[in-house]
Amino acid sequence: MASQTLQSVPGEPTAARHEQSLEDVARRDAEGQAYFDKVMADDSRIEPRDWMPPAYRKTLLRQISQHAHSEIIGMQPEANWISRAPSLKRKAILMAKVQDEAGHGLYLYSAAETLGQPRDAMNQDLMDGKAKYSSIFNYPARTWADMGAIGWMVDGAAIANQVPLCRASFGPYGRAMVRVCKEESFHQRQGFEILLELSHGTPEQKQMAQDAVNRWYAPALMMFGPPDDDSPNSKQSMAWNIKRFSNDELRNRFVGMMMEQVKVLELTLPDKDIRFNEETKKWEHGPLDWDEFHEVLAGRGPCNAQRLERRREAHNNGTWVREAAAAYAEKQSRKQAEKESAA
Amino acid sequence: MSTTPETAGHGDISVGVKGSGNSGEATASATRITPGNALRPEDIALAVSRGTAKPSGDVAEFALRLGDDALILAQRLGHWISRAPELEEDIALGNIALDQLGHARSFLSYAGGLDGRSEDDLAYFRREPEFRSVEIFEIPNGDFAVTIARQFVVSYYQFELYRRLTQSTDATLAGIAAKAVKEVDYHRDHSAQWVLRLAQGTDESREKMIHGFKVVWPYVDELFRDDELTARLSDSGAAVEPSSLRADFDRLTGEVLAAAELDVPKVQPAPGGGRKGLHSEHLGYLLAEMQVLAREYPGASW
Repeated sequence: MASQTLQSVPGEPTAARHEQSLEDVARRDAEGQAYFDKVMADDSRIEPRDWMPPAYRKTLLRQISQHAHSEIIGMQPEANWISRAPSLKRKAILMAKVQDEAGHGLYLYSAAETLGQPRDAMNQDLMDGKAKYSSIFNYPARTWADMGAIGWMVDGAAIANQVPLCRASFGPYGRAMVRVCKEESFHQRQGFEILLELSHGTPEQKQMAQDAVNRWYAPALMMFGPPDDDSPNSKQSMAWNIKRFSNDELRNRFVGMMMEQVKVLELTLPDKDIRFNEETKKWEHGPLDWDEFHEVLAGRGPCNAQRLERRREAHNNGTWVREAAAAYAEKQSRKQAEKESAA
Repeated sequence: MSTTPETAGHGDISVGVKGSGNSGEATASATRITPGNALRPEDIALAVSRGTAKPSGDVAEFALRLGDDALILAQRLGHWISRAPELEEDIALGNIALDQLGHARSFLSYAGGLDGRSEDDLAYFRREPEFRSVEIFEIPNGDFAVTIARQFVVSYYQFELYRRLTQSTDATLAGIAAKAVKEVDYHRDHSAQWVLRLAQGTDESREKMIHGFKVVWPYVDELFRDDELTARLSDSGAAVEPSSLRADFDRLTGEVLAAAELDVPKVQPAPGGGRKGLHSEHLGYLLAEMQVLAREYPGASW
């Protein structure tokens, strides 16, 4: 998707290929590969200007931009409740949370840009339906309790996924994750608090909380990706020190955490098969409906069309504003240049 | 009030708050939490419940006005989050909405101190005629230019008001204003920069900016209208007459409009009436949406 722009990236060996002999290029690639291999062996970090294998660049660009898109699309289900939040304090917290997500998106787009693709192009891919984002955001936020369930389970799963990414071999991604994870842990706590308040509220409130947990449980577990035996890219990502634990390992760990916390909430998880396996020392859960996962992934989820249309609408409504800002900035710099040449 | 702080200007509009010397605090963060320093709504609610802060009837009514203005604006601006022209604006408008919501919570917590009502009692369980907001806060967002025009007017108005209220004889009003004025200074900067960009960007954006001001300007006069309440509060030193803010407002907004090569729109002022509970047709829909969940579960805790 980014082959055009990748060629002009600093540090990318193909950039100056026409000026160099094939031998030079081969030597530089070999040196670059040796350095890259050593960084991987030392579990150290690759920075944007370092040589990196094209497939590594492509994988990271896909993963980081998908992550950014997920933050941006993920604003929508929660923004849906800002205007109806049932107390002013909750309204303030929710606004701040959705705003954080915009910030995470910006941060991640910036990290992705260091790999050579501009934000505009990534956004265009998103709007054209060429780029993916986390399928979880294609489910609707039906009640206020969903604000709790999204915070507790969806952000909880995101944290379980992202904490190991703080050690990702690509520097800008790892550093972005450190900051994102700090804020996510606040988000998870506020979600837990919403559910706690509801489960200790009126019977209707408690039921609202239980319904939300029931609806978000399976989609949250599927956020970790397909089972290990059906996850073709995982092995390479682990070899590149991007991914540290397998999908199933993270999912099982997450189920264990949920099981402890759901007791405090005095709610239940909608899965009779959750158990701690004494032999493997791992948590296990019941079967998940991977057909549904693939349906939503393929664009046939409850909100796929709505989410993308909203993004396109905001973008298109804002075109004249962005054009105005660009035109104004250009006029200002021209004026500045005239002033300087006159002086 | 006897003395008004002298930092009346908005600094150099070409560089904004950060680059300006005398307006706002260049190093202050509008959102940073400063424990023991910033006055939070929860602190006010606590002081009110302990009886260490109690508004007079007049001050409570005045706080209700300012709280309702800020609350309605926060509700309007919150709608932009996830719909703004670019991500940076999702964040900026979200920030301004959060600031306004914070001011609203402080003013309403204090106003409720008169008869023991909480900020949520006031926000969610009053009916439309019991609200005290004025019309400019109620008008729909429109396009980005209308939102910016409204924001430009209200942040210059709020800045002049809060700047003076920092000297209020009512310590709680002064405390809320002292925190709010720093934040509103950033709101002025944000909207002034956008007025310049839109007015001098493209032909299309200039047309929309002119239209935006035309939409909001009929409701400017109401902001500066005195009444018996403000006369009494002005006499006691707790507040100022709104009309006394007008000259500074006109001068400072005039500077930005001149730089943007825009004229003050020639439109007839609307009579308004929100301070007496006579609202625009827009408010009912806004309240219906804002209050629906809280009213579905009266007495519930969230």
